[in-house]
Order: sequence, then C-alpha cells, then structure tokens
Amino acid sequence: MKTNLRWKLLSIVGILALAGWSVYPPEDKVRLGLDLKGGVHMVLRVQTDDALRIETETSMERVREVLEVSNVNVGAMTVESPMQFRIEGVTADQDAEFRRITDEQLDVVFSRVSGAGGEYAFAMRPNIVVSYRDESVRQALQTIERRVNELGVTEPIVAPHGVGGDQILVQLPGVTDVDRAKEIIRSTALLEIKLVEQGPAISRELLLQANGGQAPDGMEVVSDATELLEGGVPPQFYMVRRVAAITGRDLRTARPTLDENNLPAVSFTLNSEGARKFGDFTGANIGRLLAVILDGRVYSAATIQQRITADGRISGGFTQQRAADLGLVLRSGALPASLTYLEERTVGPTLGADSVRAGVLASLTGLALVALFMLVYYKLAGINAILSVALNLLILLGFMAYLNATLTLPGIAGFILTIGMGVDSNVLIFERIKEELATAKSVRLAVAAGFDRVFLTILDTHVASLIAAAFLFQFGTGPIRGFATTLFFGLLSNVFTAVFVSRTLFETVLARRQVTRLSI
Amino acid sequence: MQIFKTPNINFFRWRWQAVGVSALVILAGLGTMWSAGGVPLGIDFSGGTAVVIRFADTTPEDAVRAAIAAIPGEKVVQQYGDPSANEVLIRLPQIDVETGADLEQGATAIVDAIEAAGLGEFEVQSTDIVGPVIGRDLQQKGIYATLAALTGILIYISVRFRFSFALGAIAAVFHDILVTVAFLAFFGYELSLNVVAAILTITGYSVNDTIVIFDRVRENLRSMRRERLELVVNKSVNQTLARTIITSGTTSLTVLALFLFGGEVLRGFAFTMLVGIVSGTYSTVFIAAATAVFMSERQAAQRAAVLPAAGGGGSKRSRRRKMKARAS
Repeated sequence: MKTNLRWKLLSIVGILALAGWSVYPPEDKVRLGLDLKGGVHMVLRVQTDDALRIETETSMERVREVLEVSNVNVGAMTVESPMQFRIEGVTADQDAEFRRITDEQLDVVFSRVSGAGGEYAFAMRPNIVVSYRDESVRQALQTIERRVNELGVTEPIVAPHGVGGDQILVQLPGVTDVDRAKEIIRSTALLEIKLVEQGPAISRELLLQANGGQAPDGMEVVSDATELLEGGVPPQFYMVRRVAAITGRDLRTARPTLDENNLPAVSFTLNSEGARKFGDFTGANIGRLLAVILDGRVYSAATIQQRITADGRISGGFTQQRAADLGLVLRSGALPASLTYLEERTVGPTLGADSVRAGVLASLTGLALVALFMLVYYKLAGINAILSVALNLLILLGFMAYLNATLTLPGIAGFILTIGMGVDSNVLIFERIKEELATAKSVRLAVAAGFDRVFLTILDTHVASLIAAAFLFQFGTGPIRGFATTLFFGLLSNVFTAVFVSRTLFETVLARRQVTRLSI
Repeated sequence: MQIFKTPNINFFRWRWQAVGVSALVILAGLGTMWSAGGVPLGIDFSGGTAVVIRFADTTPEDAVRAAIAAIPGEKVVQQYGDPSANEVLIRLPQIDVETGADLEQGATAIVDAIEAAGLGEFEVQSTDIVGPVIGRDLQQKGIYATLAALTGILIYISVRFRFSFALGAIAAVFHDILVTVAFLAFFGYELSLNVVAAILTITGYSVNDTIVIFDRVRENLRSMRRERLELVVNKSVNQTLARTIITSGTTSLTVLALFLFGGEVLRGFAFTMLVGIVSGTYSTVFIAAATAVFMSERQAAQRAAVLPAAGGGGSKRSRRRKMKARAS
C-alpha cells in the first residue's frame, strides 16, 4: 500500500475517533432543544414606561417636599405621562425661588418649559429617557437571570431578543410547573415599607371621604392582600405616604421563615444603608402604624413598638411554597418595570419524548430505504456510499456535541436532509464514473476522473446551500436555527465524507488488487 | 443497473407546455388561496393560541367543541395526529389587547372549560401563545431570510457561471416556492415557521439541482463551442438525467419516511419538502435550463444589436467578455 493512502486512511480514522469521542455518551453530550426535551420558551417585553413613570413620580414628590420645606406654595402637581409632569399655580413673587429649586432638583433629568399663569411643564430629557429604558431592560435581564438560576433549571437561556431592544427571551428546558415559573419570573417583587396615615378602613371611599373626596397630596390608598388569598375575607384599606421609607433596594437578603403563630412568612435583613434609614425612620415614628407593601398590596401592618434597624418580617397567610417563592423573588431584587408576555410556547415532556422517538424512527427508516436502494442499484459501490453517509452522520453528531449546539425537531429533519445530500454526492460521483467507464477507460482512471470532474460540482452545490443555511441561521428563530445548524454542519462534513472518504475507500480497494470490472 | 443508457430527450420541445402546466398549477393555487381569503397563516405568523390536549379516553371533537363553546372568538377544534392518540388541537384567534394577562387568558380558559366539562382525565401536551408583535416579527424575518438567501445564491451563481444562469436558477426557485405554496393551499396546510423552513430548504435543494446541470453545461461548452447553447444545455440535462432522478428519488424516500413517521409536529414540514422536491426536479429540467437559454439568447441578441453602433473599443471589450463567459 502506498504511504500516501496510509496517511489518508489514518486521518479518516483519526477524525472518526474524534467525532466518536465527542459524541460519547450521546445522552450527555447531545443537547436537546425545548421541543424534544419539554419546557417553556417565552418572549417578554419590559414595560420600560413603568420605570420612567416611577422616576417621574419620585422626582415630582421629591420636589414637592423641598418646595414645602422652603415655603414655596404651588397649586396642583400632576404626572401627565411617564416622562412628563406639570406644576401649576406658581405665584409671581415666588417664581425666582421656584426656578432655583427646580433647577437644583431636576435639571439633570428634566427640561423645564414655562407656560402662562405660573404653570410649568417638566419633560424628561431624551438622552435620559433612552438610558433609563436601556437600564431598565438590563436590570430586568439580570433580575430574571438571578431568579431563573435560583429556580434550579439546568441550561436556561435568558437573553435580549428582537430588534426593539425591550424584549427578553427566556427558555427553561425541562420545566413542568409552567405557571409557577411564570409567576416567579413576572412578579415585580417591589417591596416598600410605608407609614400609614389613616386606616385601616373597610372601603376606599370611606378613607377618601374623610379627606374631601380625594387623597391628600403625597398620599395614596392601598388595599391589603386578603382578596388574593382564599377564604373570602373582605379587604382592608390604608391611606399611606407615597414615598416609601424603605424599598427592596435596601434589602440584603430574604428567606422563608415562620411567624409567631408558626405560619409561613418571609423574613428579611436590610443592608447597612437601609438599616440606618430604617432606624431613623422608626425611631421618629414610634407608636404609629407601618405597612409592608409588596407590589402595591399591604401584606402586614404593625405598630412601631421601638426603633427597628436591620430585620423585618412579612407575614400574610402564605403557603409554604408561596413564602419560599417570595423569598426567592425578593432576594433576586425587584424588577424595574412590569413584564408582558409576547410569546409563550410550552412543550410537555411526553410530547418531547414522542417527538424524539418519531424523529429517530423516521431517520432510521429513511437511512434503511436509501441503503437498500444504493445496494440494489450500485451493488458493491453502494456499500461505499452507505459507509460515507453513515460517517457523515457521525461527524455531524460530533460537530453538534463539540459546539454544544442544540438538537431540535427541525434539526432532526436537517439530519434526514443531510442523508439526502450525502446520497446525492455519491450518486453524482457514481454516475460520472459510469460515464467515464463507458468511454473505455481503465477502472482506476475512470474512478479518478469521476471524482475529479464532480468535485467542482459538489463544491458549487454545497457552497450555494451553505449560503442558504447561513441566512436561515442569521434570520431564523428558535427551531429554524436548529435546522440551519444541522444543515450547515451536515453540508461541511458531507464535502469531506463524499469526496475524501469515499475516494480513499475506492483507492484502498483498487490498490489491493487488480480490478478489471467495477461493481457499480 | 442503469435506468437510462444514454437518454436523448429533447426537453426544449416541451418548454412552453411545461410553462403552461406550471402556470396552471400556480394559478389554481392562487385561486384556492384567494377564495379562502389569503394565505392561511398558522399562529406563528397570525398570532393566537394553540393548545394540544391528550385525553385519557376517546373524546369526540364535538364534545370538546361543546365544552369550550362559551369562550368568545372563532375557535378551531381538530384531531391532532393519529386517531388512537386521542389528541385534540384547539386554536383561538389573536386577542386584540396587547397585555400580558390577556395573552394567556385563552389558554387558561380552554383548560378550565375542559376541566369543568368533565371529559375525563387529560394532559396538556403543548401550548403555543403568540402575540401580535411576535407574529409580525416572524413574518418579517421569514421574508428577509428568503430574500437574503436568494440574493446570496444569485450573486454566487453570477460569479461562478453567468448572470443569465443565475436568473434561470432564481426563476426555478420562485417556480418551486409558488408551486409548493399552491399545494399547501390545495391540501389545507397552514404557513408555519416549520413550513417556511421547509420552503427555504427547497430553495437550497432546487438551486442544488440546477447547479449540477449548469456545471455540466459549463463543462460541455468547452468542447462544444460552436454548438447552439440550446443544444449544449439539452445535452447536459440528458447527461445528468439519471443523477437527477436517482437523487430526487432517494431524497423523496427519506422525506417520505419523515412524513410517515416523523410525527404530527413535522408533518407540514415533510409535506412541503415532498412537494418541493418533485417540483424542484421538474423545474430544474424544464424551467431553469429554458430560462437560462432564453436569457442568454436575449442578451446575445441585444449585444448583436448594440455592436454595429458601438465603436471598435466597445466591440473588443464585449468580445472579450463573451470569451470569458464561454471559458468560465
């Protein structure tokens, strides 16, 4: 045997060993997509307007307090849009002072436009709007990532999505309790501790009536969480300050615990900054009622007995599961804005397993049919083709495992198409060899000419298909990407197996003995 | 074994008949779609909710329909997959309001309604909820992917062969896409993400087929310089005919396996591929080659018309270009 041929054979064996090693054991190495494994795929949109509105509201409330302290009297203050608020009734003699204070408090974030009769509009600056939106999406992404990690899902995907810049893709393979996962991801988990001014009362109207029909400036009415629970206890209402003493940002940690009645609750610890603030606040308000508010609902309200610093507890008829989940979402931090679902796809584990079975069955049947045909039509040369197609599939699997690519259901279709492409290359070569044989060449010359002539054709067809596969990957989503991936690597490995491996096999046989008639 | 010894069929004689047959199929497809009110879009593109439920016992579709009768909107209930699997697909249309709660409402309502109706034990196999934003997004992406892939292929063939050949290949691709969509309409398949993937694959496959013939034309042009292009192309089609038929035969076999055993999720995909492969083989032989020859001859005629008017330098350049085209 020529040394040249020996090296070719050795390199083929080497590549096969590499592919085999990369795939083995397949159940660990080949990553299955959601459609095969079961799980949830969702696309969420961050309502960035929420984050802007919060910023606008807190800025307005801050200015209100400063104006009050400085004895500047103004009329109504209203938030007009997430990026805009208005202050009316600034008197002429206090105008200069008003401008000084608002410059000092707001100028970085808001631009001020003065209108007639002491009216001022404040609009968030466009660059600030953009950076707040980006920031809120980034924060949401990180928060969701932390929550998903705490859920203990293996190989989750949390990534920015789409072109709008405000979408997030979340994929949770193998998750079966979809509702719980959704609840955990979506709960804003905005924790606030606020001072109660009035209440509790049995209705919102009662509290408002006591104040002449509407909430006083800087205050709002919130209900408690009883209506969220089962049991049908009528809700209570509280009049609380708009500005929170403590928010979720001041938390260091939170964990499930039991309250004094041995019922599930969540205890939290504040960070040092939060503890100092909370200490001052509770010290100044001993004897008054304090409300722990989560996502706009009062969970517990208690009288401040003494100065409290670092630790607190939320109880409110939780189940053990709910307390644990609440601890989780509080630990991972609040979402800067609420989320809406744009897309949700759930695949049950049974369906996934069925699909794997169906895909494998279809692949094997396809392979068997093609193998049968090749043997009947091309006789001994058919074995050559079958070998090269089988090796192609092995190398493709090796690629997938090595690159940690995901195998989806359309990906299995890609495998089947790869079988088709592999067979096509072999058919092209064999038909060409037959033609060359017909012109009365020797077997060895005919085989060489067949491979040489067809090489360019195979290259052209494969490059054209690779172009299509690349665009499919670039623009495709989810399952289509899986298809494009298998198709792409299938094409690459097919050039190798159909041209190099198949030719080496022919040459090996022809080198061994004198062949005068080719079984093709 | 050999299917054809050395075939010598004059494919060009039938090119107008072939164009007629294709046009008929495509028009019938368009007609079917038109009478159905446009391309039937799956929820991937139209948005909406689809829930697949597997019942423990045989449950008639009508019972399911009755169970969810109270849910507003135009509902579709159909058997999903093999009858013995007791699976039912329930579809709800797009909900207008774009809020998160509303998006999930449909799926929840379906499960609640079926639970309340007491149809025995059941299991939700899969839920797909696609909001309007995503639907639009996916539609756009599908169109972009197809156009970008076609442009890439057009450029590649122009570089490797001639521009007129590229036009032939693209004509064949459009033909295949239209015929496939027509058959989707005849058999009531909806356009889903998977089907679009299949159409894109057909694009690649059709071009593949065409390139094999063009490659042979390029090779034959070297030894048949003096012959008319039509003859060279026809000879090339004949020479590669065995390969064309064997390949489409074996590929059809694998896709048929996918269609029969690949499960319900991939059925639309496999059907599309099956039609596309047959159409791709047909269009390679009748559409691509004919268009390439037609465009080449028109270009040549134009060049001949321009030549006498142009100066000596121009004619030299175009002669060189012609030689280059021959050689490449």
